[in-house]
Amino acid sequence: MDVELIHIHKHFGEVHANDDVCVRFRSGTIHGLLGENGAGKSTLVKILSGYITHDSGDIALDGKLVSIQTPTDAIRHGIGMLHQDPLDFPSLTVLENFMAGGGGLWLHRREARRRLCEIASSLNFSLDPDAHVSELTVGERQQLEIVRLLALGVQVLILDEPTTGISAVQKEQLFAALRQLAADGRTIIFVSHKLEDVEALCDEVTVMRQGRVVGSAAIPCSPAQLVEMMFGKPLAPPIKPPTAREEIALELREALIRTNTFDLHVPHLAVRCGEVLGLAGLEGSGQQEFLAACSGLIPLRHGSLRLNGREMAHRPYHSFMRAGVCYLPADRLRDGLIGGLTIREHVALRAPTRSFFLDEPLNARLTMEAIRVFNIRGQPNTRVERLSGGNQQRTQLALMPNPLSVICMEHPTRGLDIESALWIWQLLIARCQQGTAILFASSDLDEITAYSDRVLVFSGGRVSEPLDAHRLTADVLGHMIGGKF
Amino acid sequence: MSGEQLLIVLSTAIAAATPLVFAVLGETLSERAGVINLSAEGTIMFCAMAGFAVALASGSVVVGFVIAALIGALAALVVGFCAITLRQSQIAVGFVLALLLSDLASFLGVPIVRVPGPTVPPLPLPLLSDVPLLGPLLFRKDALVYLSYIAIALTWLYLYRTRPGLTLRAIGEQPNAAFARGADVVRLRYLYVILGGALMGIAGAAFSLDFKAGWSHRHTGGYGWIALAIVIFGGWNPLRAALGAYLFGILQSLASVAQDQFQNVPTQVLTVAPFVLMIVLLVLTSAGWLDRLASYFPPATRRRLLQMLRTSPPAALGKPFEQD
Amino acid sequence: MAATSQPSHAAAPSAAVLPLSLVYRVGALVAALAFVGLLILVVGESPLSVLGALISGAFGTADQLGRVVNTLTVLLLCAAGLVFTFNAGLYNLGIEGQITVGAIATTLVLRLLGEALPAPLVIASGIGFGLLGGMGWGLLAGVLKVYGRVSEIFAGLGLNFVAQGLAIYLIFGPWKRPGVASTSGTEPFPESLWLGTFGRTEATPVGVVLALAALALTIVVMRRTYFGLRLRAVGLNLRAAHVLGIPATRQLLAAFALCGALAGVGGALQVVGNFHRLIPTISGGLGFLGLLVVMLVNFNPWFVLPVALFFSALNVGSLQLPLVLRNVDSTLSGVIQGTLVLSALIGRGLDQRRSRA
Repeated sequence: MDVELIHIHKHFGEVHANDDVCVRFRSGTIHGLLGENGAGKSTLVKILSGYITHDSGDIALDGKLVSIQTPTDAIRHGIGMLHQDPLDFPSLTVLENFMAGGGGLWLHRREARRRLCEIASSLNFSLDPDAHVSELTVGERQQLEIVRLLALGVQVLILDEPTTGISAVQKEQLFAALRQLAADGRTIIFVSHKLEDVEALCDEVTVMRQGRVVGSAAIPCSPAQLVEMMFGKPLAPPIKPPTAREEIALELREALIRTNTFDLHVPHLAVRCGEVLGLAGLEGSGQQEFLAACSGLIPLRHGSLRLNGREMAHRPYHSFMRAGVCYLPADRLRDGLIGGLTIREHVALRAPTRSFFLDEPLNARLTMEAIRVFNIRGQPNTRVERLSGGNQQRTQLALMPNPLSVICMEHPTRGLDIESALWIWQLLIARCQQGTAILFASSDLDEITAYSDRVLVFSGGRVSEPLDAHRLTADVLGHMIGGKF
Repeated sequence: MSGEQLLIVLSTAIAAATPLVFAVLGETLSERAGVINLSAEGTIMFCAMAGFAVALASGSVVVGFVIAALIGALAALVVGFCAITLRQSQIAVGFVLALLLSDLASFLGVPIVRVPGPTVPPLPLPLLSDVPLLGPLLFRKDALVYLSYIAIALTWLYLYRTRPGLTLRAIGEQPNAAFARGADVVRLRYLYVILGGALMGIAGAAFSLDFKAGWSHRHTGGYGWIALAIVIFGGWNPLRAALGAYLFGILQSLASVAQDQFQNVPTQVLTVAPFVLMIVLLVLTSAGWLDRLASYFPPATRRRLLQMLRTSPPAALGKPFEQD
Repeated sequence: MAATSQPSHAAAPSAAVLPLSLVYRVGALVAALAFVGLLILVVGESPLSVLGALISGAFGTADQLGRVVNTLTVLLLCAAGLVFTFNAGLYNLGIEGQITVGAIATTLVLRLLGEALPAPLVIASGIGFGLLGGMGWGLLAGVLKVYGRVSEIFAGLGLNFVAQGLAIYLIFGPWKRPGVASTSGTEPFPESLWLGTFGRTEATPVGVVLALAALALTIVVMRRTYFGLRLRAVGLNLRAAHVLGIPATRQLLAAFALCGALAGVGGALQVVGNFHRLIPTISGGLGFLGLLVVMLVNFNPWFVLPVALFFSALNVGSLQLPLVLRNVDSTLSGVIQGTLVLSALIGRGLDQRRSRA
């Protein structure tokens, strides 16, 4: 079935997530949808599969306009989507997952089991119908979802970043199955940020950037051309002054960090005092767990972690805090600030005092100082959930103890205006000059190259060696994020 | 204990457990859909009063049951509205309703305290009641008891053998995924909360029209809370929950036998004992301790043991559904 | 033009929001009263005569007023304790058991030391042990929650049964009255072990002082100390509190211990001030009533006193109802209290839903 998206627009608040997108996916082909984080590819395929409704524009199937409002509509039109985190039921069995949804009164287990095994074996998947989904790997859960969607008669199969967190063998299986499905005349839409996978699998590729389609190409084509389209411009030049010192602040050896889907192995990494280490890669490639492990929030599975020379593996989080580590999460209101408490109450929670009673004059003074120094647009009695994103981030920064030896930060400037972002980095660089090491994850490559001394790239369950930020090019970085180390 | 005595104990246990069976089935349905109906104590109490009053006035036990079921459904609708539509704490609204309905039952039930009234007539099933052992044990009861057998079987069949039952489990587990597969989560949650409430209403009437015939102040005190505990003990599985109800029935009926055996143990102590024992059992079978216990077993046994005993609540239990 | 219109724009929403919220609050109150009035009409009485009977039942004589005060002291202690657990995000439904175990511990001390020590010392250590008993029972629920992963709701309800069973066992077993055991409880203590009272009423100054001190302590701790602030932080967002370095487990256990301790003192007062013996229903449902009080005031300690006073007056006043009005049962107090809290919950929910939309 040919799928055409015509002049699709979608806004999320201020953000124009899809800006006049026109794409055509031809039947019998595997069509890659390539782009950085936040380029708008996920939004586009969610619109096509009914999870999000678009503001304006049309969807045409085999030339006929259709209306898709819900996932059920999409399935009825033969469009099914495999999510990055498969939308399934971990506590149910494979067979029950296969059957869930749809009409009728009775569950025809034998019939369903036959169908499940038939489709699975036709694609060379081996699924145990009686296993619980909670025991499966992400790869197997994807296989189950593909089998289920095919059983529903899906003609257009969308896969959103399917190769994150699955093994090489499973990836081969998946690609073989997708080629076979395309050969049978189905339309496969393969959403990815990995050049390597797109090159290996797809027949055509469309590149998106900042909500717009920036170009299409038939594969094979030159990787340089794709990288150019993805990133659009040369990377920002480094603007951070050299602040790294000789002493080592944080050192990892043979560290194994467990994430939801894979184990991340870091053979050796030494971060020097005053150094800024940027973590690049697709979200969910392990940066978050890496930062959580470095700040003591999750334990290392194995290996050694030294802070200023002291062994800290298996020590509790508060020992890390006492050793001068501070963690700033990306989801500020979920993990970092306490909705319902005011700025002053947050300052009080972090106040360096051992007294039993609240020292209100001290807290008032500290709060006024924080508001002034960090330029927070809010009153001491403003609840943090009423602050704008930028002011929440300023509050988080204001709560950081001083001095610190290591700051672990996720997305320091996400959702902030340029002025706030610049200001926050000035502040962070000032911290570096005092000797604090900063580890930060960002999906903004410009931010990574502009402010890092060295860069780690996370991809497909692996971490690269640290790279000198001054020698990075968009080409190298693009390929590494795509999995070519 | 002689064989005959044992038979009496078990037979009494079934009678004692029957109202609870309806209550735990109702609560299981509600919690499977993701909503804790903590009002069980009050709903059962009020429906016991109302069912008895209506049966007394109308002269028909059936009418009593129907009205009790309707009132139970209405109480559950209040819980559902607060929990699903208003997204308030399910615990808070359930708890308040539990207290309110208990007191309301006493308040409105004054005129019928200790008034003799209709009960469900015994109905020995032909042929089946003559089967040795099982006959007297299971089939010389009344229609309500037979109905409870059917309800257990039907609930189990529905949950594990039908498509809507699978959808019910799905909405309590991953409402977003269920929505993606076409389930109308909000409407289904309302449906099962209300259905569960109706079953609790029947449970209330089953006390006042059958097992503990009549009405008195705080007539069914404690049974609602124990029903909630049994649902957890039963791991949200209707068969195991019913088993838990029967276990509680056995404890109760043993306690009444013990009254003859141990004259020096006061009756009141024996009446409370089943509640205490049931709670101790619940704590013992809850996940945390079980994992530690299982770690003493060899790995092969450990996995089977855990699979058999451990249960986890529906993943979305108590959480409001917000479609993103 | 823009400059002049801006302030009025900014002012308009806040001016509109406040009254509308108020409309929901008042609406909830009116709905609750209307429902109760309707119920009274249904049983064939006039709401006004019920109101009169309630007022005279609660405040008619010094004796009755004394009972209101005594009920209030225990209710205040429970509500004060529950402010801690609610602010920590916990539903401490085990409070009934905590009162009961406090009462049992007090009775134990009074029985053991009654003859051996001077009476004031016995009473003081009795209250002290009541505190410890309640604290222990509260901590048990906390340990089950934090280390055993048993929901505090069911751990609490279960422990209520256990405490109730223990009390009944003691009353009908080891501590039974000479002759025949009965639901009226253990043998009353000699009057020397009773708390002193205001004049001839039953109200005990010690109880009043303890309850007001507990409430004051609660307000001070919740509003003026780092401990209270950390407790609120844990209750509002456990995860972020942990990231900010607050020892969450310790805070949760402390909330259980504090609430249990205050409930235990309440239980002790029931023994030394109210009943002068251990009875099976020693908690008198005041723990659950405390939960209603704190839910109604939305966990805010400042409003605990007036609401608790109102609820206590209802409890005592309603005891007279069946004597004065033939058709009205004393459980009307519970009906009024429950209806008020339920409609407040619904009103709050509707209000939030409106501001979400």
